Amino acid sequence: MFSGRLQEQYTDSAQQAETAQLGMWVFIATEVMFFGALIFSYMIYRVAYPEQFRLAGHETFILLGSVNQALLITSSLTMVLAVRAAKADQQRALVLLLAATAALGLTFLGVKGYEYAQDVAAHSVPVADYIFKPGEHRPTEIFWCFYFIATGLHAIHLSIGIILVLMLTVRAAQGAFSPEYDAPLEVIGLYWSFVDTVWFFLFACIYPLGRAGP
Amino acid sequence: MSARRPPEPIGPYVIGWAVLLLLLGLSVLAAYQPIGPVFQPIVHFGIAATQAAIVFILFMKLRGRPSLKWVFAAAGFFWLIFLFGLATVDYATRSGFPLQ
Repeated sequence: MFSGRLQEQYTDSAQQAETAQLGMWVFIATEVMFFGALIFSYMIYRVAYPEQFRLAGHETFILLGSVNQALLITSSLTMVLAVRAAKADQQRALVLLLAATAALGLTFLGVKGYEYAQDVAAHSVPVADYIFKPGEHRPTEIFWCFYFIATGLHAIHLSIGIILVLMLTVRAAQGAFSPEYDAPLEVIGLYWSFVDTVWFFLFACIYPLGRAGP
Repeated sequence: MSARRPPEPIGPYVIGWAVLLLLLGLSVLAAYQPIGPVFQPIVHFGIAATQAAIVFILFMKLRGRPSLKWVFAAAGFFWLIFLFGLATVDYATRSGFPLQ
């Protein structure tokens, strides 16, 4: 996946690591626009159908969404501590923290899967299996379309992150990283924390709606 | 074998983590308060933006080297302004939206 060797176009490993970081920031900038467009489309329909979105949001599971946010916040901490461990040459801590990060990500997916099962049981799958609750009309299905598309895309991003972190864990266990060479950890760490921030905004879109009554 | 360096302090990360969890709690608490349809999104997206800023600055080390990454990070949000701005103008000036 990554080569620890200094490539010929760089003067030193620090410059090579900085270039890798900048590359990830470019990718993150495109992701900001990707999720930004998605959230903007949500806002348009929320402004258009405020009452229907309120009713639909009331049917989501805020406890599960909150647990998942806490899991992601904690995983961002373990990820940044893993990078710190690599810089301090604490090899055992590095492997454990990377494994914890992947485990927290997998737990998130498990909770999300359980939540999807609850949504299906409540007949909240738009178009395919949707039962309108009292007061609900067609626009509530727009909310649920956003819910499944946005959380699904987030889950795909997180799955990619888990695979990358697991690959880093294996390489860390083989002693691939050191204070002089931790660029892959920094770069994947950036991606991981970014996926965490996306969830903050999806949470704000989905879960707080319709809790305080009309 | 590489030489050991003193590890960077763990405190700021743990404090950042605790603040993020507090903000999550605040967001859940605010969801159950009748703050009205105008302030509701302002409060929740405000909390989300604060959380994102903490992660960007602390966990993603936007402060440190290379400082050029500020430009790269800002570029994404800069273009987002165009996306949001022009699309808002479009919907704000349409007649017949939403469809009845």
